[in-house]
Parts: sequence; structure tokens; C-alpha cells
Amino acid sequence: MTSNKKMFGILVPIISVLLGLIAGAIIMLSSGHNPIKGYAALWNGAFGDSYTLGETIRRTTPLILTGLAVAFAFKTGLFNIGAEGQVIVGWLAAVWVGLVIDAPMIIHLPLAVLAGIIAGGIWGFLPGLLKAKIGVHEVIVTIMMNYIALYSTNEIIRSVLTDQKTTSETIPQTASLASAWLQSLTFYSRLHYGILIALLAAFIMWFIIERTTYGYELKAVGFNQHASNYSGMNVSKNIILSMVIAGAFAGLAGAMEGLGTYGNISVMSGYTNLGFDGIAVALLGSNNAFGVVLAAILFGALKEGAGEMPTAAGVPTELVDIIIALIIFFVASSYMIRWAILRFKKEEN
Amino acid sequence: MFDALQSIIPTVLFYSAPLILTALGGVFSERSGVVNIGLEGLMVMGAFIGIVFNLTFSDALGSWTPWISIVVATIIGAIFSLIHAVASISFNANQVVSGVAINMLAVGIGVYLTKVWYGKGQTDMVDQPFYTTSIPVLADIPIIGPIFFEGIYITSYIALILAFVAWYILYKTPFGLRLRAVGEHPMAADTNGIKVSRMRYIAVILSGAFGGLGGSVFALTIVSNFSGSTIVGQGFMALAAVIFGKWHPLGAMGAALFFGFAQSLSVVSAGIPLLENIPQVFLLIAPYVLTILALAGFIGRAEAPRANGEPYIKGSR
Repeated sequence: MTSNKKMFGILVPIISVLLGLIAGAIIMLSSGHNPIKGYAALWNGAFGDSYTLGETIRRTTPLILTGLAVAFAFKTGLFNIGAEGQVIVGWLAAVWVGLVIDAPMIIHLPLAVLAGIIAGGIWGFLPGLLKAKIGVHEVIVTIMMNYIALYSTNEIIRSVLTDQKTTSETIPQTASLASAWLQSLTFYSRLHYGILIALLAAFIMWFIIERTTYGYELKAVGFNQHASNYSGMNVSKNIILSMVIAGAFAGLAGAMEGLGTYGNISVMSGYTNLGFDGIAVALLGSNNAFGVVLAAILFGALKEGAGEMPTAAGVPTELVDIIIALIIFFVASSYMIRWAILRFKKEEN
Repeated sequence: MFDALQSIIPTVLFYSAPLILTALGGVFSERSGVVNIGLEGLMVMGAFIGIVFNLTFSDALGSWTPWISIVVATIIGAIFSLIHAVASISFNANQVVSGVAINMLAVGIGVYLTKVWYGKGQTDMVDQPFYTTSIPVLADIPIIGPIFFEGIYITSYIALILAFVAWYILYKTPFGLRLRAVGEHPMAADTNGIKVSRMRYIAVILSGAFGGLGGSVFALTIVSNFSGSTIVGQGFMALAAVIFGKWHPLGAMGAALFFGFAQSLSVVSAGIPLLENIPQVFLLIAPYVLTILALAGFIGRAEAPRANGEPYIKGSR
């Protein structure tokens, strides 16, 4: 039974990705494009040279963190759709601290990163509190919080950070994660030190979940709230804690964008989609820290590679969005894949 | 005051109609126990189909084009929602995950096909959108006439009428009772011989139809073309209306009207004394803040259908 479970844990994501790519090929064929050319362009766009490689890693960085944000909450049985809003407030807070504080790098940068973490954590705290104390479903609250984050942030950029402009000033060097060394290494891509922070965050999640009592309690609450309650765990506290940590991960993702990739924050007409992609990442990565990193690399490569597809193969970049959406469907419907595998095995015997 | 009303009420109806329609879809789906985060995607699909059909057939169909466009968008929306239905009802997928995927898929397909067919990221403006009209006879009534029946879209009234139809179906027919039973206690419903899966399929398909209709009405009254940023958040606002309206068709209609009012305030507030000093951002976030407050119990308790979001697996307890 356990070996079966482990096998499915690995097989289901792989089969889902393959099915998604096959579906993508069929879509390209039926819209009159050459799928081999399309996927070759995708590959070149993601790993073709040192520049694209740097950009792929740059794009993977926030995806790892939003993936962790969704996965962590999921361990406690919570669905954090609010990663999107947590990213936005984290981004805002990090850039804000980057702009208004004047300090040497050793204080300034950690402070700016911390601001992102705290802002994201606060944005996760409220849904957690409502869930724990009044039993309000976190999905709806986090969706609403996303919009509140989006509109309020835009307003703050326009009337507080700037004088009715759409983009803030660029943060000073002392708060920046950008690295001239990494950039020169990758032919001036926007690769920055954030990837190390993201990998560290993945390690921290693994450590909390697998090696601490806190993690054990968080998981226990996810499995069975009543049993956890009877064995003396504080269910409310664990729910709130889980949402706060999840929000902190997403806020950190926003800080990566603000302090690393862009160095500023602009008025957004819509979502960054980092949070929603984080759901895909967490799902494909089976809510496990290591899986999340792998899934984030896959989606980061798909999204970065997509940029090359229109010029090299005439395929619109949105093909990748369709593929990712289909992969989510296949993983979510893994019931079918499991059934098919079991059936296949039976016939073999 | 009269002038203010005359400028505000048609605007409210104009902004609310797509929300009301989509929210009704949400009510059907969630009342049967299937969470539908995918309303946004269903609206995107409806907007896309409505615009593309309109662009393609406007020469042949003339002034009938917008009407046939929204019918086609309704049908395609219903078909598109089958993906959500199959995943969440037959394959027991997590309904929220499936809804998120619907949202991504709809934008992906819409923009992909727009680029393949039109060679650019957004379509041209349609030749035959809906136009405002005055309803004969009713518009001549003093005071009420100019406020409610002059310079309005007929689709707004269709939305209001459909809300009452939905209420009648859900609360006054055996079909509605069964649909609600399946959402409250599927096992009890099953024991009484109601086919749980079939009811849920019908409900999700209805939500697709309403979502497609809402999206196409939005596209053909408010924006007149399609791009990746045509529908940004209207579907989620409709979802908020479902909850704020306590999963009741008329409640959802009221909530959608209120949200439409909040949206239209940010457009026409400049002309209204009390409101011109309120920063726009507060009007923009009002629907979402109010929904959270409603859920937290400050504005009457909002209780979801009991089996909402739970797959029904026959024979399991």
C-alpha cells in the first residue's frame, strides 16, 4: 500500500505533465503550427543560452515561494488562494522600506525583505483568524483580500509613493538583491540573489514540517481537527500560524520581485498571476518542499520559454497557459490516472 | 436629486447586469454543492465567444447579431463548464483547484485563439454591440419613466427577470428542491432516489450557461472587444455577490445591484455632493470588504449549503 502511494506520488505528476505537453502539441497542430518547432523554440527560450537560463532561474524564484505559500497552508488543510494578494502587499512593503529608509546594506536589505515577509504574514493572518475563530471559509476571504490588496496597493503607489505616477522610484543599491556578478555571468539577465533565499525558504518549510513539533501539529490539524483538539493541540492557533507562515512565504515572493527583478513597483492593471501559478506549482509538487522546487523550475521554464515561441515558431505564448491549466486538471483528476494505472497493472498480472 | 437618480440608476443597471447573470449561475452551482471559483473563466469564455461570433456574423445577421451572439455564448459557456463538471463531479477533483484551472484555461484559450485568428492580442471593436434604448410606453410615465426606462439596456431587464425565474425554479419547483437537497445532504437525497451526480451536472452546466451569458453581455455592452484584460475580476465579484446574497437568487441579485452601484459610483461620483470627497479606492474595494464583513457575521450570518465543496462518493460516510 505505501509503495503504491509513493509510486502514485511520483507517477501522477509525471503523467500529468506529459499529457499536458501532448495536449499542447495537439493544439498547435490543430491551429496550423508545427509542434516540434514550437517545443524546440520553447526549449531554446528557456535553456538556449546563459541569458535565457538566467531569466528562467529569475522567473522560478517567486514561483518557488508562492508554491510554498500554497503548499504550506495545504499541509494544515487550508487552501491559500490569497497568495496573489500576499505577493502584492509583500512587494509594496519591501519597496516602500527600500525607498524611505536610509541605511547601510547589511541593515537595509534584511529590513526590506523582512517588511515583505511581515506584510504577507499580516495578509495571511486575517483569513486565518476568521477561519479559526468564526469558521469562515478561507478561500472566499483570501479571494476578497486579493482584490483589496490590488486596489489599495495601486492607490498607495499613486498617492503615497509617488505624485500620481504609475511607477515608484527605483530602490537604492543598499536594498537591492540584484547582483552585477550574477548578471555578468548570465549575459545581463535579471538574475538576482533571490534564488538562494527561495531555496533556503524551501529548506525551512521542509524543516518546519518534517523536523519540528510545530510542523507535526500543523499536519495533525490538517489530517483531523477533532483528534488534534482532543489530544490537546490548540487548533485555532495552528490554523492562524499556518496562514501567517504561508502569507510570509508569498510576501517574500513579492519582495523578490520588488528588490530583485524590478527594483520598483508599478500600478497593476491586473494580477501578477504569481499567486495563482503558485497553486499549480504546489499541486504538481504534491505540497512537498522538494516537489515544489521541481515544479517551480518546470513552470518557470515553460513561462520563460514561451517568450521565444511567437518569433521562432509563430505560436502565441498563451499556449503555455493552456498547458499549465491542463496539467492542473490532470493532477486534480488524478483519481482517473490512478484508476488507469491500477487497471493496467491488473491486466499485466 | 432627480438628475442624480437619472444618471445613476441606468449606470447601476448597466454595470450590474453581467454580475447578476453570472451570480445566478454561481447560485445554481453552489446550491447543488459544487463550489464554482471558475465563474471568472466562464465569463471570459462568454465574452470571447460573444465578441468573436459578433465580429464574424455581423454582416449576415444585421441588428440581430448581438442577440444571437449572447445565445451562442450561453451555449458554449454551458459546454465549457462541462470540464469543471467532469473533473469535480465524476473524478472527485478538488473543486477549488478545478475552478482555478478553468480560469487559467479560459484566458489561455481565449487569447491564444484571438492571436491565431486575428494576429494580435485583442480583437477589433464589434460593429453590432447592444445600444441603449427607451422602452415604449413605460418611458412616458412621469418621474419613474425617465429614471428606469430611458436610455437603458434591455439586457439589464433580462437579468432582473432571470433572477426571479431562478428564484421560482429553485424555491417553487420540485427540481429546485432536489437541487438544493443535493447540496445540503447528498446522501439523504440519494436515499430518496435523487440522482446526485445528474443534479450536480445540470447545476454546473447551468452555471456555465449563466456565466457565458453574463460574460457576453459584459463584452457587448461595456467593452465591445475581447482581450486578455476584458474580464478582470467581474467573475470573482459575481462570486462575492453569491455569498453576500446568501446563496439566494434574489439575494445575489440585490448584492450584484449593490456592487454595480459601488462600481458606478466610482464613475459618476463626481456629480453627487456627498460622495465626491470619498477617494475612489474605497468605492473600488467596498464590495470585497463588505463580503468579508458579511461572512464574519457583521451583516447577518452567511451560511453556505452544507455539502458545498464536498465530492459525493456513493456508499462512503
